[in-house]
This record gives sequence, structure tokens and C-alpha cells, in this order.
Amino acid sequence: MKRLKPTGSVTGNSPRPPRKIASRTQLRELQRVMANALFRPLTPEWGMQKRWVDGRRMHALASEFIKPNDRLNSFERLEIYNRQYWFRLLDCLHDDYPGLRAIVGQRAFVKLATAYLARYPSTSYSLRDLGNRLEAFLRDEPQWAAPREKLALDMVLFEWAQVVAFDGPSQPAISPDDVLDVPADRLRLNLQPYLSLLELDYAVDDFLLAVKARESEALRKEASNAVGSNPRTRNRRRAPRLPAQQKVYLAVHRHDNQLYIKRLEPEAFAILNALSRGETVEAACVMAIEASDRAEETDWPARLREWFNQWSTLGWFCRRS
Amino acid sequence: MPANAFNGFTEYGIGIGLRVPHYRHILANKPVVDWFEIISENFMVDGGRPLEVLDAILEQYRVVQHGVAIYFGSADKLNREHLKRLKRLVQRTRTPWLSDHLCWGSVDGRYTHDLLPMPYTLAVARHTAEKIRAARDFLEVPICVENVSSYAEYQASEMTEWEFLSEVVELADCGILLDVNNIYVSSQNHNFDPYDYLNHIPHHRVGQIHIAGHSKFAKYTLDTHDHPVLDPVWGMYAHALKQVGPTATLLEWDDRIPSFDEVHHEALKANRFRDRQLTPAAT
Repeated sequence: MKRLKPTGSVTGNSPRPPRKIASRTQLRELQRVMANALFRPLTPEWGMQKRWVDGRRMHALASEFIKPNDRLNSFERLEIYNRQYWFRLLDCLHDDYPGLRAIVGQRAFVKLATAYLARYPSTSYSLRDLGNRLEAFLRDEPQWAAPREKLALDMVLFEWAQVVAFDGPSQPAISPDDVLDVPADRLRLNLQPYLSLLELDYAVDDFLLAVKARESEALRKEASNAVGSNPRTRNRRRAPRLPAQQKVYLAVHRHDNQLYIKRLEPEAFAILNALSRGETVEAACVMAIEASDRAEETDWPARLREWFNQWSTLGWFCRRS
Repeated sequence: MPANAFNGFTEYGIGIGLRVPHYRHILANKPVVDWFEIISENFMVDGGRPLEVLDAILEQYRVVQHGVAIYFGSADKLNREHLKRLKRLVQRTRTPWLSDHLCWGSVDGRYTHDLLPMPYTLAVARHTAEKIRAARDFLEVPICVENVSSYAEYQASEMTEWEFLSEVVELADCGILLDVNNIYVSSQNHNFDPYDYLNHIPHHRVGQIHIAGHSKFAKYTLDTHDHPVLDPVWGMYAHALKQVGPTATLLEWDDRIPSFDEVHHEALKANRFRDRQLTPAAT
């Protein structure tokens, strides 16, 4: 009989659990089988799938490596872990992506999240990183967010930027004095790694605020024992309307360790974007102003001074890491 | 016995898990708590609010680190990036010891984010002990490994869980974080006497104890940490204290987290319980 090579892929070859665990290799084989069983999505009834990847009965496979007891057979014992895996990870995405959930709807969100996790199992020890490939996933498989593919993608970019702004790395900020002697045509400024610049087609910032306000209100009502907190009156606030198409430029950042979202003018966004690409201050400003459609009517020196002062006060400029 | 090499020769009392919903209350009211246990991975970040809160807590309280993702039992090698971040946190908190679980949870770099049971064989015990030693040498802090609750046993296992635990900690020369609730939960799921477990581990290696609540379902018992400690666990805790002495104990409450005052009340109850068990009349 041809011996199957163990594989890390759920959809690849079908490894068999070893009968004995007398080496690290055998331990790895056992762990691959069990992990692959856990990573397989649940049935619509939230149970473990009845068939293994090679078509065998799952009950037979589970019996090969899990002991039954007097109350549960091997399949049922393994199923506890399969369910725990999916409940835990879906819960985590549910909490971290309320905006995406509101856009596609709860049921479609579960399907999207399941497809995402099946394709991209977690590769980080921290659940904080669980959504770090959602953008790539939705670019590759936009059908999971249909018919609101672009809006969903904008929201994922925005919600991930908030994860980065919350606890991402920072570098020591530089003050104007640090760069006083450097001429603008040679001055390059780094931006804080926790700062994300987003050019979006939808005003997802306002929409997410409305979604969170509605969820907070529902939670408060759920937690209240006050007379009149009738369950039938819960969630009286209507679901926020989906945002219409509208170009917005956002900076997602933190200040004094609080998360902030700042709308930027197009030229300000262009300057910061150019700086983040390593352009000099002079080149960034020239490019942005030349591309502007309101070049004539604006007092650019005053506006640039204002912006750079503001960004500097917010601590956005930093030394190279 | 309480102060030993595995808990950095400290004599800590009853601690409480530091959880997000309680941050504001703790920082504003500064309640009397002997020590806080933090989940290491929640603070192994590069900046922002989590580290600000941690530094504020460290100004007022003693902190002990408890991890959930080293996975000593995974066949994979130790994750060096994880260990480097963990070491930075150890230097920040000055934790006298740190703990993680005797389990596996990742393979080929993919994470289940669960605490999965080990197959109990000598080869696995040796592999696990080797990883614990390597982690301790790198982190330069005593390590205690925690027994997990489990819902499945492997066909390949060749010994009991307590024999496996004893084998691992002797080979690794490390401590035990004895979770009496986990022992109770596993005893219900695998039909063994939890007191056999308590009686047959190396007591001198116990550096810390966990107590928590669990939930009973029709066919199995689940380690839920979502309500107060139940009577059978208090009974086992009393038995454990008589065997190991007044050991640092953490009251775990991780789900459906109530107000800080309620958790604090339960911790004070544990404190009184512990004192009663350790007075001569009770022994």
C-alpha cells in the first residue's frame, strides 16, 4: 500500500494518526491529524463533519486516535474540540469586525469568516492578528461580501488600521528643532508605524461609529435590570444606513494611547502618503499641490505650515527605526 | 514549602486575574489585592494602551505572568519571536515566576488557540521537558506548567495524566501550577478519582494554584471559568493546601466577567478559606 506523506494541508493528502507516539515525528503526525480535524468547518448544524477529507467516515478516523468513554464516543469527544475552535475564532472576528458584520449581515458574516479561516488558519500566537489577512482574502474572494464588495473591503482596511493604531509599535517622535537645519529639498520624515493612511470610496468612519453606538445601546439594555428594560424594546435604534459612495481620506492613529480617526484633505493625504514612500518634504508638497484642483484659491504656505504643525504636535513624525 | 525555587522563593497570597473590564475600576479605586495575574500574550505588544495600563498596574501591584501560547507540548520547536517578546515582558514586569500550560496547540506554524491535551508517553514527556528547559534558560525565570482540563484521551497514551505531569516536571526540573478545577473537570470526563491525582504528584514542585468555576453538561463537564468556584473544587483545594502548604493561589474568572467587586469578594472568600485550612485546628 502506498504510504501517504503527512501534510499540513487540510485539503491535501490524508495523514493517518500513528498508533504509538515514541518520537517527535509521530507526535507531529498525531498533531497534524488532530489540527486538520479542528480546522475543518462545522456543518450547518454546528457539528463536526461526518466524512474526513478522503471520504472515510470521521467516526472511524476519530476512533483510531481518540478513546471513547462511557458517555461519549471518539467522534463526539473530538467534536467538542472542533466546535470550541470555531466558536472561539468566530467570536473573535465577530468582536473585532462589527463594521464588516453590519455591511454583509450576520449570517453572511459567519459564512465569510468561516471561508476566511478555512483558507487562512491563524499563524500567530495572538488572536489580535486573526484578521491580518482578511484584506487579502476579500481581494481574492470578493464574492463572500457580494453585493457590497468594495464597501466591505474599505471597512476591513479601516477596522484593521484600528488594530494597528491600538497597540502597534511607535518610534520616538521628532520635534521641529530636530530638523531645523535640514533644507526641505533634503528633509525626509518618517511616519509612526501605528499610523495608517487610507484612501477610501465610502465614509466607513461615520458608519462604524453609528454601528458601535447601536451595539453599545443594545448591550446597555441587556445589562440593565431596571424596570422597563423590556426585551421587546431592545435595539429600538434602527440599523444605520449603509454609506453612499464618497471619497474620504483618513488617518487612523493614536494620541495619548487613545484611538483617533482624522479626516484629511486630499492634498494633506497626498503629502503624508508621499512622505511615507520616502519622498523629501519639498517633493511631497510640490507633487500634492500640482495635483490639486484648487491650487489657485488656496494660501498654500499658510496651509502647509498649519498641517505640519498639527502633524508634528500629534507626534506623527519619527526617526527611522 | 510555599516559597520554593519554582515561584522565585516568594510567599504570595490570593491573586486575581487582571481583565479588561476591570481596568478602570482598579486604576481609579486601587483596591487591596495581593497580586495580579496577567495573560502574557495580551501584553506582548509593541505599544499603546495595553502597556500603559500594565505600567500603571505595576506601580501599585505585584504581577505574575501566565501564558497561553508557548505550547510546550507541540512538536514544533519553540517560537523564537514569541520567546523574545515574552522575555521583554518578563523584564518589564519582573515576574518572580511565569507559567504556561502542559499542552499543545499549534503544528507546522498554524495555531488552534486552544489548550489541547497531550498523549501521555515517555517520548512526549522527554520532548516537552526539553522545550521547558530551553524556554527557562532563555527567559531566565522559573517556570511552572499548568495541568489543563481535557475532554478527550488518546489511544496512544501509556500512563495517567498525573504520571505524565510528574515525569515532565522531574525531567525539566520545573514547577507545577496546580489547577485543582482542571483536575476536577478532567476527572469527571475521564472517570478517575481527582484525589488520586492530588496525592501522586511531586508536591514540593507546586509553585502556584488555580481555582475556578466549571459547568456540567449532560455528558461532559466543561472548564468555563464563568462563575464562582463550586464545592467539589473547594474540597480539593483544601486537600491540596494540606499537601503543599500556603501556596500562591489565583482565582480565575475569564468569561461572563462580573464586576470587580464580585470577583474581589470571591478572592477574599478564598483568602479566608485558605487561612482556615492552614490553621493548626483545621489540620
